Amino acid sequence: MTTIAGNSLDDGLLNQSGEGDQYLTFILAGEEYGLDILRVQEIRGWTNTTPIPNAPVYVKGVINLRGTIVPIIDLRQRFNMPLLEYGQTTVVIVVRVLGEHKERIMGIVVDAVSEVYSLDSSKCQPPPDLGMAMGEQFISGLTTVDEKMIILIDLDKLLNLDLS
Amino acid sequence: MSIDINQFAATFMEESLEGLDTMESLLLSLVDGDTEAVNAIFRAAHSIKGGAATFGFAEVGRFTHGVETLLDQMRSGQRETGQELISLLLDSVDCIRSMLLAARDGGDIDVAKVAEIGNAIETCLADSQKQDRGHDPERQSVVADGTGDSVFDINFSPHADIMVTGNDPLRILASLAELGELQTKCEYKFSGDLALFNPEECHLSWKVQLSTSASRADVDELFEWVDDVCDINIEVAGIKSPLPATPVVPASMNQKPGLVAQSPTQSRESGSIRVNTYKVDALINMVGELVITQSMLGQLGELLQSGDVGCIEKLQDGLAQLERNTRELQETVMGIRMLPISFVFNRFPRMIHDLNKSLGKPLKLTINGEQTELDKNVLEKISDPMIHLVRNAADHGIESPEIRRAAGKPETGTITLNAYHRGGNIVIEISDDGAGLNVDKIRQKALEKDLIAADTVLSDDQIHELIFSAGFSTADVVSDVSGRGVGMDVVRKNIKSLGGNVEVSSVRGAGSRFTIRLPLTLSILDGQLIEINSETYVIPLTSIVESIQVTQSEFESVAGSHMMYRLRDEYIPVLFLYELLGTARNRDLDAKRSLLVVVESEGVKAGIAVDDLLGQQQVVIKALEANYQRLEGVSGATILGDGKVSLILDVASLLGMAKLSRSGRSH
Repeated sequence: MTTIAGNSLDDGLLNQSGEGDQYLTFILAGEEYGLDILRVQEIRGWTNTTPIPNAPVYVKGVINLRGTIVPIIDLRQRFNMPLLEYGQTTVVIVVRVLGEHKERIMGIVVDAVSEVYSLDSSKCQPPPDLGMAMGEQFISGLTTVDEKMIILIDLDKLLNLDLS
Repeated sequence: MSIDINQFAATFMEESLEGLDTMESLLLSLVDGDTEAVNAIFRAAHSIKGGAATFGFAEVGRFTHGVETLLDQMRSGQRETGQELISLLLDSVDCIRSMLLAARDGGDIDVAKVAEIGNAIETCLADSQKQDRGHDPERQSVVADGTGDSVFDINFSPHADIMVTGNDPLRILASLAELGELQTKCEYKFSGDLALFNPEECHLSWKVQLSTSASRADVDELFEWVDDVCDINIEVAGIKSPLPATPVVPASMNQKPGLVAQSPTQSRESGSIRVNTYKVDALINMVGELVITQSMLGQLGELLQSGDVGCIEKLQDGLAQLERNTRELQETVMGIRMLPISFVFNRFPRMIHDLNKSLGKPLKLTINGEQTELDKNVLEKISDPMIHLVRNAADHGIESPEIRRAAGKPETGTITLNAYHRGGNIVIEISDDGAGLNVDKIRQKALEKDLIAADTVLSDDQIHELIFSAGFSTADVVSDVSGRGVGMDVVRKNIKSLGGNVEVSSVRGAGSRFTIRLPLTLSILDGQLIEINSETYVIPLTSIVESIQVTQSEFESVAGSHMMYRLRDEYIPVLFLYELLGTARNRDLDAKRSLLVVVESEGVKAGIAVDDLLGQQQVVIKALEANYQRLEGVSGATILGDGKVSLILDVASLLGMAKLSRSGRSH
C-alpha cells in the first residue's frame, strides 16, 4: 500500500508540472532533444554493460545501479542514426518510464547533456508529419529556444514500444 | 479528535480472514464438550463482528452477529454441538469470508447463498427462542436483531444523586425516543417533607415501553454511562411484526468506494507478513553486531593508513567476522519470509470434510510435517496446485467404499500430506491409498489424443508421465470436483514456474504419490559461475550434473550442425550459448581444450560448452522483468562481487530453446 501512495505522489508531482515545465536537453547527432526533467533520476557516465541475449541491437545491456538491474538503450541506434564511438561526453541519462501497470527505470545513452530550460509546453508546436519516418511517434512536440529547435520526446512511448 | 480508521481496515481484513481460518480449523476438529475450542471460535466471531461494525461492513456485522449468538448458546451449553450445526457454522464461515473478500477485492458474492445461510441461522435461532421464551429474556433480545421491531420494557429508576454525576435522565429518555416509538410512565417516589426537598436530587422513576428496530446493544449503550447511578432493568416484551429474515445481502458492499478502490482485484496475495518478534529481535541484535564490526574495521583502516602493518592480521579477523555477520543476517532475513506450510495444509481438513459429503466416500486426512517452513511467496503460489492434487486424489484416486471393501482395504480412504526439507529443497508429498494410476487407461487415452503413436513402447513410469500432458484427463465421468482436463499440465506448469518439479509414482491397486520439490526460497540460489566470451554467467548448481574437461575432437557432429558428446555410454547434445543467446562470438573454441558443463532438466541431459569455470557462490536473484522484460533462457540476473551484472541461465528453458531451434532448422 505504501508503494501505491508513493506512486500517486510522484504522479501528482508530474501532473503539477503541466505549465512552465523544466526540460533537460541533450545532444544527439547535432540535434537537441528535451525531456521532462522530473523523469530524470540521474545522469552518469558510460560504464560497460552486461549484454542481454536475443535483444534488439539498440539495447546495449544491463547495468547495476545500486542493486537495481537497469537496461541501457542507445538512442542513436534506436533512431537508426550513425554510430558514434562513446567518448568523454557520452552519458547515460537514467529515467523513469511509466508503463501501463508499473514504472520502470531505464538508461538512455546520448552524445552529451546540454541545458535545463523552462518551457511552456502549450507553446510547443505539434510533432511534424514526417510520413513513416522513424522516430516520429516518439516526438511530443517542437519548440524553439534561442533560435534553436528543441525536439521534445515522449519517453513512455519511446521506451515502452520496444518492450511490447 | 479524528482518526482515519481506513488505515486499519486492511489490518481488520487480514485479522478477520485469519480469524475465519481459526474458526474453520477449530470447527472441524470440534468434539462435544470442548468448551475451550468453542470459546476460541466465539472470540474469533466476536472480534470479526466488532471490527465489521467499526469499519462499516454492516452486512458482515449483522451476519456474524447471528453466528456469534449461535456460538454463545453453544458456549453456555444451551445448544447441542451436532454435525448439522457444525456444517451450518462452516457454511457461515464461508459466507463471511466471501463477503469480506468481495468487500476487499470488489468481486461478486453469492447473494442467494448468503441469504440462504442467513435464513438457516435465523431459523436455528428462532427454534431455540421458542424453547427459551420466558426464562431467558436477554437471549431473545439478541435474536430480535434485525428481524423486525422488538418491544423493550425498560424500568429506569435513577438514584437520587444521578444529576450530581452530570447525567440528565431526560436526555436519556430523549435519546430513547430517537430509537423508536416510546411510551413512558413516570413514577414519583419522594416520601419526605417537601420543604426539605433538594432540587438537585432525582426522585422520579420511569417505566418505558420502547418499540424499535434497534438492537439490545443499542439500547444498552444509552444507559452505559449511568448504570452505576441507577437501577435499570431492560426486558424484551416481544417482537412486533417479525418480518421474514432480512436476507443479508451486502449489495452496498461493492459500492464502498474507498475500500474497493484501494485493493486491486488481480492479486489475492497479501502484501504484509506477520513475523515472530523473536525473529525481529534477532535481526536487531545482528545489525548491532554489524555496526560494531564496521567501526572496528574503520579503526583498523585508520591504523593501516598511519603505516601500522602489524594490524593486517586483525583486519583479516575483522573481515572474517564481517562475513559471519553478513551470513547470519542473510539467514535471519530470509527466515522472516519463511512461514510454516501449515498455512496451506490447514485448509485441507475442511476440503476433505466437504469432499466427504459431495463424493459420498469416507475420507481421512493425515498431515505430517506441517511445521516445515518455506518462503511466503512459494507458499502462496503452491496452494492452488496442491488443492488440485488433493481433489484428484479424493475423486480419482480413492475408490468407492464397495470396491475398497472388495479389494480388502478399509472403507475409509486415506490421503496423506507430508512435507520435509531435503538438501535445500522442500519436498511435499500428496499420497493416497486408492487404486493407483491405471496404466492401460492412460495409454489408451494418450492414443486417442494422439499423444503417443500406437507402436510406442513405454515403461510404466513413462506412461505415468503422460498425465502431465496438456488436455489429458482419464476420469470416466467429468465430475464437479475434477476431471475437466485442465488439470495436471497446469499443476506442473505452476510448480515449474516456482523453480520446482512434480513427479508421480504409483502402484496399481495400492495408491499413488505425487511428490512436489520446491526451492526453499525464490530469491537466493547456489550458482556456478562460468565464463563464455569473457562474459560471466551463473548456472544454478541444482541443474548441474558434472563438469568435465573435453577436447573438441571428442564432439561429433550429427546432420552436419548438431554437436554431440559421448558421455560414458550416452550421447548428449552440446549447446553453444552464443548460438542460443545470440551473443557475438569473439573467439574460436579452443581446439585442444574445452570445458563442458553437463546440465539436466526433466531427465534430459545436455552439455553447455564454456570457456572457464570461475567458482561457486550464492547469488541473489534480481528480476529482469522489473525494468526490462522476461527473457527466454535466462531466469534473472544477479550482481557479482565486483558490481557487474551477470545473467542467471535457466537450464530448462535453454533446453527448450535448443529443441526449438533444432526443429526450426530441420524443417
